[in-house]
Amino acid sequence: MVDVGTQGVGAVALEARDLTLGWGDGPSVVEGVDLAVLPGQITCLVGRSGMGKTTILHALAGLSVPRKGCVLLHGDDVTGKPGRVSYMLQKDLLLPNLTVIDNACLPLTLGGMRKAKAREKARPLLERFGLKDAEGKWPSQLSGGMRQRAAFLRTYLMGNDVVILDEPFSALDAITRADLRDWFRGEAADLGLSTLMITHDADEACMMADCVYVLGRLNVSAADESSPATVIGRVEPSRPQGASAAEFALTPQFLEAKVRVMEFLKGE
Amino acid sequence: MGPSAKRILVPTVAMLALLAVWELVCRLGVVPAYLLPAPSQVIVALIADVPTIWQHTVTTLVEAAVGLAIGVVIGFVLAVLMDRFETFYLALQPLITLSQTVPAIAVAPLLVLWFGYGLLPKVVLIVFITFFPVAVSLVSGFRSVDPDQIDLMRTMHATTWQIFRYVKLPAAAEPFFAGLKISATYAIVGAVIAEWLGGFSGLGVYMTRVRKSFSYDKMFASILVISVLSMALLGLVGVLERVCMPWKREERKAKKER
Repeated sequence: MVDVGTQGVGAVALEARDLTLGWGDGPSVVEGVDLAVLPGQITCLVGRSGMGKTTILHALAGLSVPRKGCVLLHGDDVTGKPGRVSYMLQKDLLLPNLTVIDNACLPLTLGGMRKAKAREKARPLLERFGLKDAEGKWPSQLSGGMRQRAAFLRTYLMGNDVVILDEPFSALDAITRADLRDWFRGEAADLGLSTLMITHDADEACMMADCVYVLGRLNVSAADESSPATVIGRVEPSRPQGASAAEFALTPQFLEAKVRVMEFLKGE
Repeated sequence: MGPSAKRILVPTVAMLALLAVWELVCRLGVVPAYLLPAPSQVIVALIADVPTIWQHTVTTLVEAAVGLAIGVVIGFVLAVLMDRFETFYLALQPLITLSQTVPAIAVAPLLVLWFGYGLLPKVVLIVFITFFPVAVSLVSGFRSVDPDQIDLMRTMHATTWQIFRYVKLPAAAEPFFAGLKISATYAIVGAVIAEWLGGFSGLGVYMTRVRKSFSYDKMFASILVISVLSMALLGLVGVLERVCMPWKREERKAKKER
């Protein structure tokens, strides 16, 4: 178990306390997960496949009720309440039957806003999200990177300051992925978002994050695959001010952080 | 020759070739004319009998349209209920499948017995055979939706109705139109079968009459009309599909380019 720090209630944007999660009657997938996303920061949760990363995402997004523990948003208990944090998956989940702008506006129109007004609100953001000429296009006409940016705009328009991303870049080609990482870091800082990003890629976690949590098996000695997972380590890459993700990846500080994350991942 | 020109030209030539062979076989007397009339004879018979055929066609079309409309509505309602309520799905799934193992041609005489010779038995038969493709295709369409998509909608505070309207209905649109095309052709055929077994007007009635007078050219003329009606109805569904799903056009284009 890892100490999430001694910050006061208001100092943490999103917090998981002692989360134990599982599906149906099955065994627990994760046990005693503690983690904290600080305001304005990017926090990464790294773990191998099958470690329950998506299970944790579901609980944090309020889509499932934990067996034990709670989820706090700025100190408020939001356990099992969907819609308080925005989330985005590897799949862009754009609706094929809506144009790009209407997809992005969806959180607004679903909330009852008139279509014209929602579009008006989203339109100035299109350029910022690199979707200037895509407004009236169908999602099938966009490249993977643009689709993901449209999905991110939709996520942003959900209007929550806390955002959870589940492997948002892993379906993209390497160059687009690198572009989007930096673009996202910039936008998240500008828009004042607090981000939790889930990934299996230690490189990506260290490049992007201000703070990395590592998931591993709770019971290491039992070579038992079904042993539940928990947070086994926490690493804070010492990122120089203003360094882009790509630049930071070339520094010794990055390597040092990565080595520590890898040690946790292997040590389990 | 471009690929699109080829796509039109080849089937047209094949069709014309078939007609030419048919015409030739009849002209050369390989098959007696009273058994198989030549295409030209069929056209002549059709033109000669246009006013009568038109009257019967209207009857058949009305039956098919009313039956199909009711069948689609019933299929739609059943599909929505089956998607919304698991109990409905479990209860109805086997019954609906079972209903389709009953041959329409066997039920038709019963319907005549119960409902007489008017419009009603025809409509009932058409409803019975057209609701199925619509219901089945819609249910599978509703169920094809990615559960993650529904979770995402929930985090955007979407209501059950909004999830239906924005996610499920569009996802089911493509299978729905595929099912509707099947139902549309069934509707015409169903009307004709019901008319064979009893009625005062309609292409099925006309066919029965001309068969009894051994006017095989007129038989073929009515078969031709039935084919054209089915194709027209299919075309109409195709137009409707394109109007209702504008995003599909771009998807198809994008796929082709890839």
